[in-house]
Order: sequence, then C-alpha cells, then structure tokens
Amino acid sequence: MNLTVNGLAREVESAPLTPLLTVLREELGVLSPKAGCLQGGCGACTVLVDGEPRRSCLLPLAALDGSDVTTAEGLGTAAALSPLQQSFHRHYAAQCGFCTSGMLLAAHAYVERDGSDEREAIQEALAGHVCRCTGYTKIIDAVQAVARGEIEGGQPWTLETGEGIDVEIPGSPA
Amino acid sequence: MTASSPEVLLPESREEAVQAFGDGSGVTVVAGGTIVLPELSYGRLRPGRALLLTRSGLAGIARNGSTTTIGAMTPVSELADLPAPLGPAAARVADVEIRAQATVGGNLCAVADEAPRGELQAALLALGATVRSAGSGGERDEPLEAFLDGQRDRLLLEVSFDEPAGGAFEQLRRAHTHAYATLSVAASRATDGTVRIAATGVGPYGRRLASAEARADDPTAAGEAALGDVTLTDDALASAWYRRRTLPVLVQRVLTRLEEVA
Repeated sequence: MNLTVNGLAREVESAPLTPLLTVLREELGVLSPKAGCLQGGCGACTVLVDGEPRRSCLLPLAALDGSDVTTAEGLGTAAALSPLQQSFHRHYAAQCGFCTSGMLLAAHAYVERDGSDEREAIQEALAGHVCRCTGYTKIIDAVQAVARGEIEGGQPWTLETGEGIDVEIPGSPA
Repeated sequence: MTASSPEVLLPESREEAVQAFGDGSGVTVVAGGTIVLPELSYGRLRPGRALLLTRSGLAGIARNGSTTTIGAMTPVSELADLPAPLGPAAARVADVEIRAQATVGGNLCAVADEAPRGELQAALLALGATVRSAGSGGERDEPLEAFLDGQRDRLLLEVSFDEPAGGAFEQLRRAHTHAYATLSVAASRATDGTVRIAATGVGPYGRRLASAEARADDPTAAGEAALGDVTLTDDALASAWYRRRTLPVLVQRVLTRLEEVA
C-alpha cells in the first residue's frame, strides 16, 4: 500500500482495515494526529486526505492506496510556520495542545476554500473539534486573523524572549 | 490487526460489488466507515470478510423527470442543498468532516446504539422513498419502510423518491453533547396531497408515524396521536419520559411548517 505523507512517498504494511490514524502514529511515527475518542466525535485525529479534512480514525487503509495525506507536521516547519500555526501561536490558541493538530488542519482546509472571517462560519467549520481546555475563543480569533489575511506565515517558532530554537518534529519532512 | 485478519474486498464497479456481496453471508459492508470503523477499533466487530465500497462507483445523484435517485455511496454532504425534508436533515448530520465521509447508504442501514442514528431515515421515509438492494434472489426494489423492517441482510444500492410538493424537517439536539440528534421528525406533502410523517430517535431505526398522518390536518392532535405509533426507550441522549414530551411538539411544528410551504 502506498501513501504520500507530508510530501514523502511512504510504503506501508499495516493490515488493510487498520485506521489511517494507527498507520500514521504506530507504523510511520507521525504523532501530531491524536487518538482521542476513536469514534469520529472529538476531531483530534483530523488530517487532510487529498486536501480534504477527514477523521483518520474512521478511514481504513485499504480505501486510501495512492492518497495524499497531510498532517500538522506537513503544514509548516519550526523555522517557517504556516499562517495558521503562526496565528495559533500569536493568539495563544493552543493550551494543552491535544486538539490543536486537528483544529489546524480543519482550519487550514477552511481558509484554503476562502472561508469567511465571520465567527459563526468559523464555528461551523470547527464544530466537529472538541477543545477540553475550552480555548475556543482564542482558536476562533486565530482562524479569523488568517481568514482576514492578517497573518502570512513564514516566521520561525520562537519563545517569548524571541530566541529561535531547534525543534525536532517526528514525521516532519524538514 | 491480528492473526485473524479479515479478507478485504475492494470492488471497482457496481457489478463487482454485487457479485462480491453475493448472498451477504459473513460479509461486513464498509461504506463511509463512520459507524463500522469504531466498531472495529473497539473490537466489537470482527468480520471474516469486509466489503469496502470506496471504489464501487455507487455514488451520485440523478434526476429523471420528478424522480431523484441517490447512490448508496453518495456522501451526506452532497444532499445538503436538496429541498426539505432531505436537505435540512442532511445539513444537520454531525459535522462538516463526518458529513463528507458518511454515506446515504450507511445512514439508511444504521440502527440506534447508545444514541439514535440514521437521521436521513426520517426524511426519506417521509418522502415515501424506494430502495434498490442486491442479495439473495438478485436485485429488488421495495419501500424504504419494508427495507428497514426487513432482515438487513442485503446490499443497499440506491434510494429514490418523487419530488414532493413540499417538505419540512424539525430536530431536537443536545448542543455540545453528541454528534447524533435526540429526535428528528420529517414530513412531506406529495403532489397528490398525501402527507407522510416519520421520525428517527423513536426506536432502533426510523419509523413512519401513521396515526399522526391520519390527523395531519390538525397539528396538535397529530402530535398526540404520534405517541401511539412508537415505543419509546431511554438512551444516552434522552429518557423515554423526555421523548414522550418532545415528540408531539416536533410533530406539531413540522406540520405547521408544512402548511406554510405546501
């Protein structure tokens, strides 16, 4: 079975009914998609499959041969964040971080299809994603800023002191 | 998975899918996967053979005169712009990602678990839909109502219905608690004036509300009459007590709305 994961061609050997989430985390070591409810209800495992947000816990590998999969690791790098990653960082939209990858990918697909900057529309687009820190207000602030074109991305991830740091991210092509 | 990995069939056409399904014995059908995959992940389902319909070409919406036919693998999201009651029912299923992945066929084959499932059943029952299925004895057409009451051992291929003069859909949800709706009620008026009413969340699968239909000219009376059509039970979203008090209200609302539109 062949997948392209974050731009890299990967050959995978998991059993055909294995959920994509398990393939990513346990066979390929791509750890940003989180195993939350394993029944499609929490959104934490969301990845892009051929550009569309999907619950990776609900997709059997056999249905995905040849698919292009993007996880949070593929959106940007620590040296050059994607617009949403940069906006989440700037708006303090990540707390414990468990929902963040799923939120980022759903929001990425939303702004890619020119989603409006209206808060209600953003809420609807993120309705399948649960944040148990209840950080919704700042998450919507972050998505709204990108939908308004206020954040271009490309900046490095930095600490509050402004120091750049090297972060090794498993599964990242960088 | 484990040493007893199931045989996986991935048909590339409708014909291959029907052939692979055969008489259905020992076959677990996987459409969008939104219901079956959790069952696999939690070990509640251990299929011997799994039939994945991903590439079967059973998706699509076709219109022929006043008849609309929807392939079993059509994603729920593609129904969202259809007229009431089906469009509004589809638009309110779960969330944007699930709607894009879940299929019409899966929704029609769903039965309640810890919560009601299959909100489209109410809408399509209210439209008097017909389903085409394959299995033992070949392909056949039958009313959706008969299919739901049947043995559930057939491969659903498509569902079709005649465009109604009007339709309405009402739903009761518990915000922020669950992707499934507590109670859904749909009604439609056919071009010959016949009113059909159906509900999801009033039993293991969608039900026609025949007693309510008989009183359709009086929404309040119809709401009370609906209680005679169902045996309500408790589940994770609501008690039977709560459903007994809300079903008449939704029936009343849906009929009032139907009077406004048709």
